[in-house]
Amino acid sequence: MPASLGAGIGAGLAAIGAGIGIGRIGGSSLEASARQPELYGKLFTLMIVAAALVEGVAFFAVVVAMQSK
Amino acid sequence: MTNNIFKFLLLSVLFINVGIISAQHDAHGETTSHNEATVEKNEEAGHDEKFNPSDLINHHLSDSHDYKFDIPFFETTFYLPVILWTDNGLTVFSSSAFKGDEHGEVVVTKNGQKFVRIHDIIAYADKVPEHAKPEEITLSQRPLDFSITKNVLSMFFTFLIILILLMYVRKAYNKKGVPKGIAGFLEPLIVFIRDDVAKENIGPKYQKFVPFLLTVFFFILFSNLFGLIPFSPFGYNLTGNIVVTFVLAVIVFIITNVNGNKSYWKHILWPPGVPVILKPFIALIEVLSMFTKPFALMIRLFANIFAGHTIILTFITLIFVFKNWGVPFASGFATIFMYISELLVAFLQAYVFTLLSAIYFGMAVKEEAH
Repeated sequence: MPASLGAGIGAGLAAIGAGIGIGRIGGSSLEASARQPELYGKLFTLMIVAAALVEGVAFFAVVVAMQSK
Repeated sequence: MTNNIFKFLLLSVLFINVGIISAQHDAHGETTSHNEATVEKNEEAGHDEKFNPSDLINHHLSDSHDYKFDIPFFETTFYLPVILWTDNGLTVFSSSAFKGDEHGEVVVTKNGQKFVRIHDIIAYADKVPEHAKPEEITLSQRPLDFSITKNVLSMFFTFLIILILLMYVRKAYNKKGVPKGIAGFLEPLIVFIRDDVAKENIGPKYQKFVPFLLTVFFFILFSNLFGLIPFSPFGYNLTGNIVVTFVLAVIVFIITNVNGNKSYWKHILWPPGVPVILKPFIALIEVLSMFTKPFALMIRLFANIFAGHTIILTFITLIFVFKNWGVPFASGFATIFMYISELLVAFLQAYVFTLLSAIYFGMAVKEEAH
C-alpha cells in the first residue's frame, strides 16, 4: 500500500512537471509564430522535439512508478 | 456533404464498438452463469454476476493465440498455430487444443510435454503452480514462444496493406501526368518525410536513411489508424504492445550506432569544450543517454497508443458498469471526442517517432561544424 501510494504521488508530480514544461513550450512557440508567421514550420518542428523530450522524462517517471506494485 | 459522411462514419464506428463489447459482455455473462449456475443457485439475482471492466480491457488489449473475428453477426474464432521451442525441441500444434481455456485448467500433452495457458502465456504444466498469475511466471517455467499470435497476424496484414498501397503508388508514376487517387494522397506524405524530416535533420547524407524512415513512418501510421477501426481484421493493438515498439527502438539504436562517425563517438567518449576533470562524468552521461534515447522512443509510442485504447474502452465499459439510461449518451460523446484526439495522436506519434529517429541519425552522421 505505501509503495503504490508513493508511486502514485511520484507519477502525479512528474505529470505536473511535464504539464508545466509542455505548457511553456506550447505557449512560447505560439507567441514566436505569432510574431514571425513565416517561421511557423521550423518552430513547429522545434516545439514537437522539445515536447517529446519533456514527455520522455515524464514517461521515465511513469515506468518507475509502474515498477512498484 | 463531406461533413455528413464524416458524422455518419463517426457514429457507425461508435455503435459497432458498443455492439462488439456488449456482445462480448453477454457471452461472458452466459458462460459465467452457465458454469456457476449450480453453485450460485440460492442467489436469486441472475444479473448480479460481477462485471470486471479492467479484466475486459486487459483482455482486449493483450495478445492472444486465438483470433476472434468479431464483425457483428459473423463472430467466429480462428485458432492460430502455436510454435514453441521447448526443452525437447520444436513443438507445433493448433491453439484449439486449449479449448479456449485461459486459466491453466486444460492441460495439453504434445511431444512428451504438458502445457497450460494462463492468459496469453503458455507455460509448462508441471513447473507452474496452480492458479499462478501471468506476471508470476518466470522465463524458466515457460518455453520460448514463436507462435503466430493475433498481433503477428495483424502485423502481416498491415505489411500486406502497406505493400499493396505503396506498390500501387509506385506504379502510378509509370503513367504520364499527375498521380491521382491514393497516390495523390500518399505523395505529400512521402515527400514530407523525405524533405522535411530526412533532408532537414540528417543533412547531405540523408538518402541512405530515407527508405527506413518511410517504412517506419507508414508502419506506425497504418497500425495506429487500423487499431482505431473497431472490427476485424482491424482493431488490433499493435503499436500499443511494448514488444513491437521495443524492436522498432532497437533497430533505431543499431542504425544510429553502426553509422556513427568519428565526431559522434568523440562527442560521446571525450566531449570537447569541457574541462578535463569533468570529461569522464560527461562521457558517462553521454553513454547513458545513448541508451535512454531509444528507450524513450519505445515508451512514448507504447504509452500513447495503449493509454488511448484504454481510455476509449473505459468510456464504453462505463455503460455496463452504471446500467443507467443517461450514461450511454455521455460516454458516447466522450468516445467520439477520444476518437478524434486519437486520430491526431496516430499521425503525431508516427511523425514524432520518424522525426526523432532522423534527428538521432543526423547526430551520428553530421560532420563537426565548429
